Amino acid sequence: MEFVRAFITGGIICVLAQLLIDYTRLTPARIVVLFVSLGVLLTALGVYPKIVDFGGAGATVPISGFGYSLARGVQQAVKEKGFTGVFTGGITAASGGISAAIVIGYIFALLGKSKEK
Amino acid sequence: MDKNEYKKYAKKTAAKSPVLKDCVIAFLVGGGICCIGQAFSSLYSYVGLGDDTVTTFVPITMIFLGGLFTVLGLYEKLAKYAGAGTIIPITGFANSIVSPAIEYKTEGLILGVGAKMFVIAGPVIVYGTLASVIYGLIYYFFGGAV
Amino acid sequence: MRRIFKFSNVKVMVGAAIAGTKEGEGPLSANFDVIEHDAYFGQKSWELAEGELQSQTASLALQKASLNSEDVDIVICGDLEDQCFASSKGAMRSASSMLGIYGACSTMSEALLVSSMAISGGFAKRVMSLTSSHFCAAEKQFRFPLEYGAQRPQTSQWTVTASGAIILEHGEEENGVYITRGMIGKPIEMGITDANNMSAAMAPAAKDTICEFLKLSGESPENYDLILTGDLGKEGSRLMKELATEEGVDLSGVHNDCGLMIYDTERQDVHSGGSGCGCSASVVASHILNEMKSGRLKRILYVATGALLSATSALQGQPITGIAHLVEMEVR
Repeated sequence: MEFVRAFITGGIICVLAQLLIDYTRLTPARIVVLFVSLGVLLTALGVYPKIVDFGGAGATVPISGFGYSLARGVQQAVKEKGFTGVFTGGITAASGGISAAIVIGYIFALLGKSKEK
Repeated sequence: MDKNEYKKYAKKTAAKSPVLKDCVIAFLVGGGICCIGQAFSSLYSYVGLGDDTVTTFVPITMIFLGGLFTVLGLYEKLAKYAGAGTIIPITGFANSIVSPAIEYKTEGLILGVGAKMFVIAGPVIVYGTLASVIYGLIYYFFGGAV
Repeated sequence: MRRIFKFSNVKVMVGAAIAGTKEGEGPLSANFDVIEHDAYFGQKSWELAEGELQSQTASLALQKASLNSEDVDIVICGDLEDQCFASSKGAMRSASSMLGIYGACSTMSEALLVSSMAISGGFAKRVMSLTSSHFCAAEKQFRFPLEYGAQRPQTSQWTVTASGAIILEHGEEENGVYITRGMIGKPIEMGITDANNMSAAMAPAAKDTICEFLKLSGESPENYDLILTGDLGKEGSRLMKELATEEGVDLSGVHNDCGLMIYDTERQDVHSGGSGCGCSASVVASHILNEMKSGRLKRILYVATGALLSATSALQGQPITGIAHLVEMEVR
């Protein structure tokens, strides 16, 4: 059942982005920025955590889930460390993903070669 | 036709994207990628990893897979049909980092790979961080009111 | 002031074209001299690959004409890479003197115009017009890394990996294909900012040059076997013909477009069609010259169109200026 919920939640989030691509001609970079910011905003408003409770990976795997973890990190850090947490919370929560992306990106860049389409 | 009329006419009569088809594929592929994430999440919990470890390693696994499919040249082929279904999941974030890293290797490891790696994904980090700090300030000063 | 140039004794000596895999799978496959399946052309980067492509095309043209580089007075060349890098590499082996020009996808007709002026004006005996484009180099410079997963809008065009070279010479009244007249394009900007719909920016320029030429020369479309634009694709061809109809000029029976000819647009997933400096260059230097030499085409207008934008101007949301240069070609 949790797979069905993840599938539907993730699918719907992607369809919303697809509608933006097809109707507004926004570039992918802008859409991704929009979704990560919306992830932060909806978490601040308390909406996104409910979506995560329902959809699981369907809400955390999309890039809006990255915004969710940034916002959650900030909440927790402010609670624990006060003002310092404002600055450390977000990136700390996202640090695993960012470091992994850099390391994986670097290794694959060394291994890979640009190919014709 | 004057300039304004032409601009509108060209836009109005331009070939349109097949929205329904695009959305169906985006739904299936995006949902499918999330299910893979869910599967890893279940697997990691099943083998007894703690919640914190699971929430860290599921994205890392997905980033690895996104990078792997990119370097194999498969991600781009899927993305041509899946659109947002491959852009929005975190695998798409990995694709946007690995693809310029590969492409700009010809400009060297420092100013090519190093500088260009975040040429597409950089804004996500910039705006994600900005949003989190703004939210942090609000949260600090106004507590859970927002 | 807009005027028609009349050229005397500008004869087409030879054309040569090298194309990539995708172009080699298209309808014009049999016309290209060489189809190269290594997209890198044996080089380390896409930029050098395009330089090598252009260089090989120039050498091939010289070889087909049984000339060496000293026999050609000027090589007039261009491409899409920043500051025409591919041309500076490409002309290295074959040019005793070189003029680099930029007109985006209109570069080949621009080169033929300048070449014809040089010969007709008596400044040169033989001139080579040479242009190229490379899909991978263009994507990297103007769009996204090749492995990046982005959807291409239906109005987008596929940059052709190909190069075309045409050697012109001063020719007396013997049989052959001649460049008889030409007209320089007027830069026209109609407010189009979408870099994924460049043909909409080029269509008004193509219409302008064609209609002005017909008006000033007193010719009508029926006097030509073919009015060939490049590269408007599906989208731009439709717009251009609609704009011409508004002015009372019916081009429907006589028009074709290099961007539509080089690919099978139904089968090859190129959306609106082909584009790039190498598109119309390779089509004209191979297929069109063959058709003229065999007599199937006797009199044509070749109107290459360019979208004059840069990667930076596109980011700044600047409207795209279009241009179209015309040459008239005739079998004598």
